[in-house]
Amino acid sequence: MRSALAAAFVLALGLTGAAAASEQHPTLPELERELICPTCHEPLAASSSPIADRMRAFIRERIAAGDTKSEIKSKLVDQFGESVLAAPPKKGFNLLAWLLPLVGLTLGALVLAVLARRWSRSRARPAPLGPSANGRAPLDPDLERRLDEELARFDT
Amino acid sequence: MARRMKIVLQAAAVTVVALLIGLLAWQVVRTDQGKALDAKVTQGRKPAAPVFELDKLDGSGAVSLADYRGKAVVINFWASWCAPCKDEAPGLESAWQRWRDQDVVVVGVDLQDFGTDAQRFVDRYGLTYPILRDKHNWTWGRYGLTGLPETWFVDRAGRLVGEHIEGPVSAEELDRNIRIALGSAS
Repeated sequence: MRSALAAAFVLALGLTGAAAASEQHPTLPELERELICPTCHEPLAASSSPIADRMRAFIRERIAAGDTKSEIKSKLVDQFGESVLAAPPKKGFNLLAWLLPLVGLTLGALVLAVLARRWSRSRARPAPLGPSANGRAPLDPDLERRLDEELARFDT
Repeated sequence: MARRMKIVLQAAAVTVVALLIGLLAWQVVRTDQGKALDAKVTQGRKPAAPVFELDKLDGSGAVSLADYRGKAVVINFWASWCAPCKDEAPGLESAWQRWRDQDVVVVGVDLQDFGTDAQRFVDRYGLTYPILRDKHNWTWGRYGLTGLPETWFVDRAGRLVGEHIEGPVSAEELDRNIRIALGSAS
């Protein structure tokens, strides 16, 4: 248990470190995946339009100048608006795009949990008492007596 | 209680679906607005030009299309990276010089572009007519743009008239449509 926790901690630390490194020293392929070409609306990585080439040149310049990933994205948003970002920023109205799927998943899980509980309850409930325990029509008394006799013969 | 809960959940689900459909319809209508304008102008009707308010490229404030009411307006949509825009730029400047004293304004709307590149373009071609920056692509769908450059003509009453030019605009097209915009009866 202790070793699992330690492994998780080291993994989290590694991921945080990688994210920080990516923020401080971004690469062109990383940013190409996170940006959209404003003319063809494809990921920058897949676009060969003139403005996409110009954006790539701009990103290279800014990386060489030592800008962080956020700074480069912010400069591009200033030029082209937020639609240049592949994922909406986690603030204001755009926050809905991040929260709604989580809310949907949570609600779905709740509905499933309620339904599962209901099903398990209905299955655990005893069968209604009636003419016979298995709910079928009772055997004819004569037939039942003969059946008992036959079974008693097997027992002996 | 369970029945009430079920009704509430069903109502919530229906509301969410209705909202999503509404959002989709709004997006479709907004995108098609410009296409509808094109069809109307082709039929000889005079739809109101979508009124924009955009910042000037040189940063000296904003300009609204409504500011030009009473004048004929040539709206040219362009970007510095677009090759045909380079071909038509001298012709637009020339038309501006020919018509500026006759209640005509040429307005350039720069889209999908870096501001610095646009400014270099303006300096290189010596453009002196007002140049605006549409950073958020506001005009794209509303004017039914499908590429750059494109040009629309607006009459004194703020209505789209003449031809919607897709591609570089020629001197003849400019003069012909400016005359239509100036002579358009209210």
